[in-house]
Amino acid sequence: MDLRYTNEQTAFQQRVRSFLAEQWAPAENKRDSAFITRFRQLATDEGYLYRGVPRQYGGSEQAPDVIRAQIIREEFAAVRAPMEVPGNGVALVVPTLIEWGTDEQKDMFIKKTLTGEYRWAQGYSEPGSGSDLASVTSRAELVGDEWVINGHKIWTTLAQYATHMFALLRTEPDAPKHKGISYILLDMKAPGVTVRPITQINGDTEFCEVFLDDVRTPASMLVGPRGDGWNVSRSTLKHERNHIGSSTRTVPMFRSLVKLAQRRQINGRPAIEDPRIRSALIEIEGYLQSQLWAGYYQQTLAANNESPGVLGLVNKLTTTNFFHRVAQLSAEIIGDDALLAPKQGRDRGGDERWVNQMLGSLGQAISGGTSNIQRNIISERGLGLPRSGSEN
Amino acid sequence: MRFDLTDEQKSLRHMLAEFFGERFGGAQGVEAIAHTTLDAGLWSAVGELGLAGAMVPEEDGGLGLDLLTATVIAEVTGYYAVPAPVLPSLLAAWLIATAGNDAQKGKWLPKLLGEGAQAAFALAEEGGWAPADWTLTGARLSGAKLCVERADSADLFIVGGKDGSLAIVEAGSATVTPVDTLDRTRPLFTVTFEVADADVLTTDGTVAGRLFDALCITAAADALGAACAIQARSIDYAKERKQYGQLIGSFQALKHQLADMSVELEPARPLAWYAAHAWDMGQDDAARMAALAKAHLTDISVKVARGAIEAHGGIGYTWEHPAHLFLKRAMADRSLLGSVNVHRERAAALAGW
Repeated sequence: MDLRYTNEQTAFQQRVRSFLAEQWAPAENKRDSAFITRFRQLATDEGYLYRGVPRQYGGSEQAPDVIRAQIIREEFAAVRAPMEVPGNGVALVVPTLIEWGTDEQKDMFIKKTLTGEYRWAQGYSEPGSGSDLASVTSRAELVGDEWVINGHKIWTTLAQYATHMFALLRTEPDAPKHKGISYILLDMKAPGVTVRPITQINGDTEFCEVFLDDVRTPASMLVGPRGDGWNVSRSTLKHERNHIGSSTRTVPMFRSLVKLAQRRQINGRPAIEDPRIRSALIEIEGYLQSQLWAGYYQQTLAANNESPGVLGLVNKLTTTNFFHRVAQLSAEIIGDDALLAPKQGRDRGGDERWVNQMLGSLGQAISGGTSNIQRNIISERGLGLPRSGSEN
Repeated sequence: MRFDLTDEQKSLRHMLAEFFGERFGGAQGVEAIAHTTLDAGLWSAVGELGLAGAMVPEEDGGLGLDLLTATVIAEVTGYYAVPAPVLPSLLAAWLIATAGNDAQKGKWLPKLLGEGAQAAFALAEEGGWAPADWTLTGARLSGAKLCVERADSADLFIVGGKDGSLAIVEAGSATVTPVDTLDRTRPLFTVTFEVADADVLTTDGTVAGRLFDALCITAAADALGAACAIQARSIDYAKERKQYGQLIGSFQALKHQLADMSVELEPARPLAWYAAHAWDMGQDDAARMAALAKAHLTDISVKVARGAIEAHGGIGYTWEHPAHLFLKRAMADRSLLGSVNVHRERAAALAGW
């Protein structure tokens, strides 16, 4: 156990800090999108962003180094500097194209995805295919040199702003369900694409339904082998395992919760002096610190190419459980403000914004594989228990 | 930046798992508690492992290892519900090596490290477990100490006194009364002292604080070990027990319950390691992390152990099945040294809240 950085790592940390001090700190309008785009380019030139993406496609092509990646994350978070463009494009499409894409696909899409010019909708879930994703029925038929697509996708995050979609579509209707799916790209402006935003329980409209009626996309937009889309869709950025037990969100959230408890009153005294609140805060901090140090442990294991075993499978649940616990305690602290509807958009309103924590944490527990699906994964892949309830 | 055990710590863990697994890995655990007095054969075999000297500096004849190593040892002793006071003797030897004068070191270290002497901590009083709760005074010790582990076979007591002073009292000059103890792998006693000239180790309260934190961290690891053991047994059982014509481990209700245990247990281990490391480095957050780890790990461990007994069904509720040893071990770790809420309050106060 040695939690110090080596001299080389300390020097790297210093370089990141000076870069941020020069390029980010002085910015007057940190929300200006042209400025942010330029900042991301500079950070990429320095090797801080898109480290797993080849230079020819706009990445910085750095040797995998989880400690450097961690230093970058921590230093950027400390000054709230933007990191890579958020969303499915950078997280899912780019790694998939790097692994499976044709040269044409890579040239056409990767660079513009990294800059944020191309934004991607994930055409996976359907009304009848949620957790059981391999049962998708939306179809693509090869007609001449085009795929003709018909179907209905749902829970498509931010589809109303997307320029393109990556979709799992049934191309081999007679093959077994996992073998008959292909991974296909399409333009959201193509005729036949209809997007209908869905209003969520928190009033936001992050999700959409997408109707695909005789939508055409070139045959060359098939990624990976035909019928192998299930496999293709499993590519993720293994480069530095960026999302292992990340605490860049949980630590600041806990800090805000403590501040809330110090500011709000219960029975005329600061809430944090209430024994139940104090105890509940420390209980949550027990989970926070566990997640934090389990994250550092997994980074060390990743750096040494060692498997984290079962620990590597519990990260989503530890994070969403943490968010839920924070939500519950915040409702306790804000009292009657928990009766108010949280504000939408930029107006953050008063303490009723913590109600968003309750609703938002629920969304996190459902998206990206529900908590019960996570439990299946842990028990089957981690604990070696038999598969259940599946015809596979 | 390396957050992991060293290769030496990993091989020690492996070696101890084999050593204790051979003795307590199966159903033998229940036989081990049929007699609640310390098994002399076991204690002598444990003595040969040299664990008592783990944290004693090499120049004093020990191994010069750290509390992180002791925490690794504690998780293994919890995992096998080892019915021997491994950690008390280990930490007593560390304490004497750290705070003792030459005479005290010369007298006790050879006994503890080489001759199988057994130490017991006499700390708790009616008012609590922490140094601030100790009321016995200096060299003249008069009064009762509660919940002293294996006092019946102890050769020496480490007795906590007022203002965090610590003294050595030899067995023989104390009255030992057994308590009908829940965790039969670690029977407890009330010990009454009437001593005119206790051998004072230190009056420096910071040493007592360090000792208390070390006890908390190792108790947390012990609880984690016990919970992991009972979860592992539940998983094994789910893979062999059939109902409705299929393995019960194929039912999602049970699979999810077992998975949730992993969600509690797996990330908790690094917290115990970090708390030990903070202690080893003498960091400012060491005491707070010790309190946090004690509260968190013992709390979740009892929760998991309880669920694991349920997952066993009726067989888990029998005396013959070893499952209850681990539940009771975790329950004892939760209450020893102060309850979960006592430690949560300590962590809150140490944060300045």
